[in-house]
Amino acid sequence: MDTKNSKIDLAGIRLAHPVINASGTFDALAGLRCFGEEMIERFPFSAYVTKTVTVEPRQGNPPPRIRETTAGMINSVGLPNKGLDGFEREDLGRLTLLPVPVVVSVAGFDIGEWRALAERISSREEVSAIELNASCPNVKSGRAFSSDSGEIEKLLGGIRSLTDKPLIAKLSPDVADIAEVAAGAEAGGANAVSLINTLKALELDSESGSSWLGGGSGGLSGPAIRPVALAAVAAVADRISLPIVGMGGISSGRNALEFLQAGATCVAIGTENFRDPEAGLRIRAELDKLAGQGTDAAN
Amino acid sequence: MTQRVKPMNPAGAPVSRVEAPLGRRRVKVVAARSVGGYRFLEVYDSAGPKPMAGQFYMLAAPYEEGGQIELGRPFLPRAFSVCTAAKGRLGFLIEGVGPGSRALSAAPEGGHLNISGPFGRGFTYPEALAGEGALPVLVAGGVGIPPICLWEAMLLERGDDPVVLAGFRTGKMIEAAELFQSRARIVSEDDAGIGGIERGLVTDLLEERLKDSGNCAVYACGPPPMLEAVRRMCAERDIRAELAMEAVMACGFGACNGCVVKTKDGFVRLCLEGPVMDVNALSEATFPG
Repeated sequence: MDTKNSKIDLAGIRLAHPVINASGTFDALAGLRCFGEEMIERFPFSAYVTKTVTVEPRQGNPPPRIRETTAGMINSVGLPNKGLDGFEREDLGRLTLLPVPVVVSVAGFDIGEWRALAERISSREEVSAIELNASCPNVKSGRAFSSDSGEIEKLLGGIRSLTDKPLIAKLSPDVADIAEVAAGAEAGGANAVSLINTLKALELDSESGSSWLGGGSGGLSGPAIRPVALAAVAAVADRISLPIVGMGGISSGRNALEFLQAGATCVAIGTENFRDPEAGLRIRAELDKLAGQGTDAAN
Repeated sequence: MTQRVKPMNPAGAPVSRVEAPLGRRRVKVVAARSVGGYRFLEVYDSAGPKPMAGQFYMLAAPYEEGGQIELGRPFLPRAFSVCTAAKGRLGFLIEGVGPGSRALSAAPEGGHLNISGPFGRGFTYPEALAGEGALPVLVAGGVGIPPICLWEAMLLERGDDPVVLAGFRTGKMIEAAELFQSRARIVSEDDAGIGGIERGLVTDLLEERLKDSGNCAVYACGPPPMLEAVRRMCAERDIRAELAMEAVMACGFGACNGCVVKTKDGFVRLCLEGPVMDVNALSEATFPG
């Protein structure tokens, strides 16, 4: 596998290398304040996936929002964001500072919201693709949009005609058969799928007997979930022919290689960014070395 | 008559944030010793800039040097305000209360740590915060000493004459007061009379000081109830103040959205908009959760 010279094609988006970020695990505009120009010069990913944007602004869940656990962490952050208007007005234009394609993650709580998001975001030329964070609940049915193939096929069906931009469906592992859900996304017209999102998890404070996190249960991420993620990628790759963004506890080039071998077109780094802001660069370099292409992966 | 030197950035505004190198770097532990019930660690950060007082770093003991001593934890780094910073040496004060801080406390001289930073917004100079001639009053409680300690050093360096007030829960922790350069007024909550230390709360000292002094700029760091008492006291007397706050953090650089604190304008990420917060932005300073 040649990671240095061949560009990756992810549903029409050209990536310089196979390492991108997971939505909600790297804030490029915050990074600019913390690291300055160096972050632009050495941007760790070949595409930037934004934090999920919702129609209405959201404050997010009360803290504590994160809890470290064995080889990972649980988060109940609650999709805080400026909302569609705020994102468009304040953030989207500034993302053109980044030297890579921008993928905007969106989430609607009913089909009307999904349509509004798809329409508005896809009208912007700064946007290369849209990732559908389908793990949030459909308020009409009470079930997450990613909970079964029917829901996700309906979701895709409801927005497909609104845009020509690549649509990437992000899948949750908290389902009986993730390959079946992926097939639903494919049938609905998705151009790619990304998986896995976090696993539903809980930690109790045994002193009080109540949940440690302010938001109650949360999502588990980090190396603890990597074997679950790898199984999911392999199952989905076996079932559908769409390109796959593989993620879930990747913390090294060797981990990334396993996901590519399981059938992913590219990988996304999430929790590992918290431990190492440069993780994308490091993992790309490690992956290059494993692929026998030498170590010149810094550019 | 003290000489006032006000470091300014090229745009003319006082600098309270220094940018960090992208990524995490391995640094050598050049000193490790016990100070009261705390552990003082000094690392040599040759690749990093000099931080502002109030900024923090994310620290982790490398796995290959025993940095994972309790069944897969610690996994994430831990946030610590920098306590001393001179000639590339950064000092941190650690209290071993969980797997992360215990792994850090176990780091020996000659060992290594992984660090990233400096992150966050540091303290504002007194004249910029409260007007020309404002007296800096520094208030430290327990393990909240570090940012106050570095701020004291930076103010002394430019010719200021800060008042330093410090309080500790028990006499055992009082040794940490040695980290201050000037003569701090010290109180202890529990162990009255030990070594001539007065009994009381540091907020009592602050109240006394605010009665006697003219225009003050108050800077505080300590346990949440102490910060809330300082906030209320300053709000009631219309005194300008900054609090160095704390929150559970995974990343330190605005990526995880975990470290939010409540302000009058809603939740903000403490790693970006803080950890130093103006009291006027807050309606309360309690630790989330």
